[in-house]
Order: sequence, then structure tokens, then C-alpha cells
Amino acid sequence: MEWIRFHCDNMCGIIGVIDRRRQLMDGSKIKEALASMDERGSGEGAGYVAYGIYPDYKEYYALHVFFDNIREHKVPLDNLLEKWGTIVHDEQIKTYEQPGLRKVHTPWRYFFRPDPNMMPKSTTPEEDIITHLVMKVNSERNGALIFSSGKNLGVFKAAGWPEDVANFYRIQDYQGYLWLAHNRYPTNTSGWWGGAHPFNLLNWSVVHNGEITSYGTNRRYIESYGYKCTMYTDTEVVAYLVDLLVRKHGLSEKMAVRALAPPFWEEIDRMPPKEQELNRAIRLTYGPALMNGPFAICVANENSLVGFTDRIKLRPLVSGESGDRLFISSEEAAIRRIDPDVEHITMPRAGEPIVGKVYS
Amino acid sequence: MSIGSTPLKFKVRIDPERCMNCGRCIENCSYGVYRKEGDDIRINSRNCVACHRCLAFCPRDAIDIEEKPGDYRSHPVWTREVREAVFNQAKTGKIILSGMGNAKPYPIIFDRLVLDACQVTNPSIDPLREPMELRTYLGKKPSSLSLRQMPNGDVELLTKLTPNLQIETPIMIGHMSYGAISLNAQTALAKAVSKIGTFMGTGEGGLHESLYPYQNHMIVQVASGRFGVDINYLERGAAIEIKIGQGAKPGIGGHLPGEKVCADVSCTRMIPEGSDAISPAPHHDIYSIEDLKQLVHSLKEATEWKKPVFVKIAAVHNSAAIAAGIARSGADAVVVDGFRGGSGATPRVFRDHVGIPVEAAVASVDAKLRQQGIRNEVSIIASGGIRESADVAKIICLGADAVYIGTSALVAMGCRVCGTCYRGTCAWGIATQKPELVARLDPETNAVQVENLINGWTLELAELMGAAGINSIESLRGNRDRLRGYMLDEGLLNVLDVKTVGA
Ligand code: SF4
Ligand code: SF4
Repeated sequence: MEWIRFHCDNMCGIIGVIDRRRQLMDGSKIKEALASMDERGSGEGAGYVAYGIYPDYKEYYALHVFFDNIREHKVPLDNLLEKWGTIVHDEQIKTYEQPGLRKVHTPWRYFFRPDPNMMPKSTTPEEDIITHLVMKVNSERNGALIFSSGKNLGVFKAAGWPEDVANFYRIQDYQGYLWLAHNRYPTNTSGWWGGAHPFNLLNWSVVHNGEITSYGTNRRYIESYGYKCTMYTDTEVVAYLVDLLVRKHGLSEKMAVRALAPPFWEEIDRMPPKEQELNRAIRLTYGPALMNGPFAICVANENSLVGFTDRIKLRPLVSGESGDRLFISSEEAAIRRIDPDVEHITMPRAGEPIVGKVYS
Repeated sequence: MSIGSTPLKFKVRIDPERCMNCGRCIENCSYGVYRKEGDDIRINSRNCVACHRCLAFCPRDAIDIEEKPGDYRSHPVWTREVREAVFNQAKTGKIILSGMGNAKPYPIIFDRLVLDACQVTNPSIDPLREPMELRTYLGKKPSSLSLRQMPNGDVELLTKLTPNLQIETPIMIGHMSYGAISLNAQTALAKAVSKIGTFMGTGEGGLHESLYPYQNHMIVQVASGRFGVDINYLERGAAIEIKIGQGAKPGIGGHLPGEKVCADVSCTRMIPEGSDAISPAPHHDIYSIEDLKQLVHSLKEATEWKKPVFVKIAAVHNSAAIAAGIARSGADAVVVDGFRGGSGATPRVFRDHVGIPVEAAVASVDAKLRQQGIRNEVSIIASGGIRESADVAKIICLGADAVYIGTSALVAMGCRVCGTCYRGTCAWGIATQKPELVARLDPETNAVQVENLINGWTLELAELMGAAGINSIESLRGNRDRLRGYMLDEGLLNVLDVKTVGA
């Protein structure tokens, strides 16, 4: 098996924003903010994810696909999807040529309704079907790659500088209440669009700055639960881990982060007995999910935005507030680009999550 | 006798220029190499086993021991070992006994695996300045947790965890019974593990009263002979280990010669003094995995479900499937003992030809358990041929939770790996019950040496992890991405699930 892996290394820039009232923001500001961190990228990959952009199709899974070649690779995918459910609507994702960006794939969007009868034994058949399809298509590498698979959200990414990628998709035309963006500085295989962030599965999206030195352990752990790491990037493992811990095991976001970046034993030993017991249980149970290495990560789903760093904080992360909005970024300056009047700039402690949730 | 003498294995010489005639070599040699004749020291080289006791205690560096001073005509097929085995059996008609682990020059997989380190793109971590966590828990873990969010913001843990052993370093000392080794040797090991916060095995020889103060750091063993097993013994141990097999002699039982069964050993083992202690090959109540399950349950029941139960098997071709069965038997850990594991006495043919290396066994056991989604059901303890801290790091990368060391702990107490443990005259006071030899081993100083060894390895392990950018051992476990194979064939690379160097 080939598993060349590439990660976003020392300099990637990340930014996330959530509006807790689900008020929509267009992509223009996020584009500017990301561009302000060009220093952190190398023009080799950038991407955006926006939640709330497909209100008319919000019951359906929005699948974003990179096709190598429409004529050859689309029909097999159509057939596969039709086998597992119904394609409600599909179209090419509009793109606009950019001089600095070579269009190596054709991005496509499907609105898809999985047929729950296809997985009668599952308690969450729809999600399991989508997960199965994503794993299957992406591991077969047959000229199609599903890079976004949630409801009412979409990932837009490519190899190129942030402005070029943003203009390529005209992300200012999309309206979302939650955005994540990423500017990549890869040290390995360049120019592969699938390797750009954000990484998405179902409603989970992840952007990540750093390297996960525990990747091998995490990958083997998550693969024993049926996930397949196919994107050659350590970021996808984060999305799967969060999916497993939160969706399948029912942990809160906070407890999931506790499992991924837990306190040191020294601290646990000093905790009061009940807390000690809880934290010990988390480390014993989820030891293989613990993420090591220098990283700052933002994870989002339709209701929340969570940011956290590794246990000794080898990568920067700051947060800020402005009314109903919570911002998380590698750099304060990027946040100020979106909102110069942002308040409560804070730097979370290592392993402490910053959590922003929509009002229920 | 038509075969006559064979060439000497060792030639012992004393340099008369240096010798001061102190007689220490005569006192120290328990194999009868030296004797005094008048003023002269006479040497019978044929008795020498190269245990180096004399050499270590000669105040003048006057002794020289040469290996194979005269050899047979060399031949690539008819090696010295092969020829001597034939002579031996032609004379005796018996099974040849040997000591220590596999002595065939098979390639050592550990020596063909290299570890990773960080450069530029991610920083290595300095264990002197940042916390480096080696703490390990051995035992069953839940596959997921059930938590309840309380109105006051607290989170309540609903899942009940089963007892685990907590160790501060993933290095433990394997089972070497009282009988196979001396009480002083066991005491030294017990003191060392108690000080460090790790564990040692009692072996199948029961637990001597004088070791009760260290019982919280002892894993008591239940083997096919059931020697020394009663409820008192089970309750004293921190964990219980069922021994199915041993890497040095897969598929056969154990044999402690009657000469080693002195009064004290006989009490601890609960057998008559001077009788041979023979453990049968199988447990006579285990003929299937269901039977094993019953034994695991009865041991747990007997100790009120307070103690983890381990099951030790020899690494054989089918270890992975066997381990999966063990994981389902309710056991808390599986000990995989590779074919390099040492032994006080084992038939040479088993030592050298039966079983597989621990590296391959652990890799396939870990893979199988993951494939079946039951890796959390049991911990994996690797043993048999762990020689240094790098071996510990590598086997953890391949999937082990912890290791047992045996020979290296004995070497820390002076053992020279001479391989004659089965004769019961160990000059270092380790593999013997002769009071005058046992007295040579001071438990206090030897405890410090063993402690030093484990501490040294632990420091090195922390450095290796730091260099790989990892600050907790969980992230090293099963992290085969941080290993590369050097000159390993493709088949083995696949089994180990490791890429080749340069890839
Ligand atoms: S111990 Fe050394 S110095 Fe003493 S008698 Fe033996 S050879 Fe000579
Ligand atoms: S323990 Fe065995 S191998 Fe080591 S010195 Fe004693 S007899 Fe020799």
C-alpha cells in the first residue's frame, strides 16, 4: 500500500469564524484575512469551507467532487450514487480562470439523498452510507475525489495562493454563518488539490497547522473502526477522530478535545479524585487517539467551531470576540482584517479548547 | 571410548609475570578449573564455561580466556556445534540440554529496523525541559466511554474501568522462578522494581515469604505444574499470569532438576525436597480456548475481580489468531515471548529451531487485534530478546504496550551469558541454589545495578521519543510510520507493516 503523507508544516495559516445567531457573512472578508497571512503559505494550496450556503438543498448531502476528466469519470460515480440513493440535483461548480492557477480538476457538486434501506443494520444509515461512499471513491482513486460531503456546506479548495483560489471559486458569492480557511505551506507533494485544507467528512471540517507525529498510531486506531485514510494527509485523521468521538461515541466537543490533547499525568495526579478518575479513564480509553506533535487545529460542524493546540502549544492560536461572532486564527492580525474592532483577544492554554456554539 | 576428547571450548591461561598467587581464582571458580598444587596454580581448561568470574575477580588482570583455541577443520555445513551435538548424542542417547536463548545466527530483525527523528519541519522535544510521559497502564480498556453532563457543568463518568497495572516505565522484569534463580537474585530484582514503580514476575516457583514486602510489584504465575499456587499466593500478586508457553521452549513443559530443589525451594514450590519439578507440556485443564476462558474466570473469581490476568504464549506461527482468542477469553494482557527468550534449561533443539522472533509476532498480533476491533481488550507485553532501549522503542512502535526483560536484568547482576544455568553452579550466585554461591550475590548492590539499568533505558527511551517529536508513549505505540526497515525483504516489511529506508 502506498501512503505517502504530507502535512501542513511550520507555517500554515488558519482562520475560522462562527456567527452564533447564524447570520450570514459573505466570503470576501475571509479571503482578505487569509491573504494577509501569505507569509505563512507558499502558494501551493488554499481552501475555504462555508456552512449555510445551500439553504434550498439543506436536507441533502452536498457532495463536492474533483473529476480528473468529466467524460470518463463522471458516469461511474453517477451510477454508484444512484445505486446508494438519489441524485436530487447536480451541476458543475462555477469557476473563473485565474492566471496563477492551473485548473487540473473539474469541481462538481451533487445534492444527494442516500437510501437508508441500503444499510438496514445501521442506526445512522444515511451518515454511514455517505462515509462508505467517500472512503470507497477516494481510496479507489478512479479520477474522482469527494472532498466535501456535508449538508448545507461546501469546501472550496485548490493548489494556489489564497486570493487566486478565492477568485477561482468567487467565494465572495457564497453566504455562510461559519467559515474556515487555510493557507498551506506543504513540504511534500505539491499541486495536489485533494491535499489542500479544509478537510471534510459529513458535517465535520478541519483545518490544521502543524504536523501530527502520532499519525501512524492515530491512523491505525481509526482504521480499526472502518475509516480509511486516503488523502495522504494527517489532517483527515483529525476529522475521523472527531467523527468517531463526537458522533459515534457521543462525547461533547470539549471532552473530545480532552481525549485528543489530554492533560499530562502530572496534572491529572494532582486533580481531585473524581476528576482524576474521569481524566484517567479518558487517557486509558482514548490513548491511541491522543495527538502528538506541533499543531493548531480548528474543527467545525454545523453547530460549533472548536480550536485547540497540542499539549505543549508548539503552534500559535488566538481567539477574539465581536458581538455574536467568535474568531479563531493563527494570527491576531488576520482576525483584525475581518473586524478591526474585535475584542477579548485571548490565547488559549495548551490543549484547552476554544468553543463557539450557535445559540439553540 | 571411540569418540575420545573434542577440542577445548576455552583455553585458560595465567600470566605468571602478573599473577600474585592470591588464590582468588580458585575460590571464585565454581566449575573446578583451578586448583593449587604446591605453590602452583593448575588449570583444567576443559571445565571452563567462560563465566568470567575469575577474570572479574583477579586483582592483577592475569587471566586470559581464549575461545576455541583449537578448532575442527572448518566446514560450512558441518559446523562445530553440529558435530559436537552428534558426539554428545552418540555418547548419551539423550536430548541435549542448553541454557539461555536461541543461539543460531538468524538475522535479528531489531537490528534491521531504524527509528525516526524530527528535522526542521517539526521540532523535537527536549525531555529535560518538557514533560515526557512513559506511564503505561496494562489491562483491558473500554472501547468507548459513557459520560453524563451534569447541570453544574461537571462531567460524570458512567463507564466502570477494570483494574489495570500502572507502570512508570514500559519496562518490566519477566518471570524467573525461585528455583531457576536464587532467592538473593529474586530479592535484588524485587527491590529494583519496587523502587522504580514497575513489576516483575515470580515465575512458576511460588512466592517466597521473604518477598512478601514486595508483593505489590509482583506478578504471580500459574503454570502447568501449578507449583506454589494457592489462594494466599494469588492474593498476594498485583496481577496473575497464566503461562501457556515460553519462547525458549514452545510446546513443551519445564524441568527443574531435583538438585536445585533445596528445602526452601521445596516449601515455596510446595513439592518434596530433592524431587524433580516437572511442569507438563499442556495445562491438563486447558485443551481449548474455552478451557482457558474458564481458568481466567476462576482466577478472577478467586481474587474477587481485583487483579488483571495475563496469558503468556510462546511466539509461534499462529500467534496472531491465538492472541485474538486470548483477547476474547477475558484475559487482560497477552504476553508474547519470542524465540530469543532465555531459559534456565531447555532442549537445544527447541531453543534453536522452534518459534518465531518477537518482532514479527508482536506486529502480527497487534494487526490481528486491530483488524478484529479488539485491540483495547488486551495489552500486549513483548518478551524474549529485548537487549537495549532501542529494542524497547522499536517493539512499542510495532504495537507492544510494554516489555519484559530477563537476560539483560541478569547481566546487570553479573551474568556473563555463559549458558550453563541448567547445571546449577552459577558462579555469580544467580542460577544456583548452593548457599555458598548464592551468598556471593548481595541483593542491595545488585538491586541498584538493575535499577540503574532500567533507569538508563528509560532515559534513552525518553530521548528517542523526544527526538521523534512525541511526548507520550501512547503516540509511539503502534506508530510504525516512525520505523523503517533496513535490508529487510518485502515479505517481512509487509508483516511488520513498515516501509523501507529511503521511502
Ligand atoms: S586471581 Fe589472578 S592473581 Fe590471584 S591467583 Fe588467580 S590468576 Fe593469580
Ligand atoms: S546466570 Fe546462567 S548464563 Fe548467567 S552467569 Fe550464571 S550460569 Fe552463566
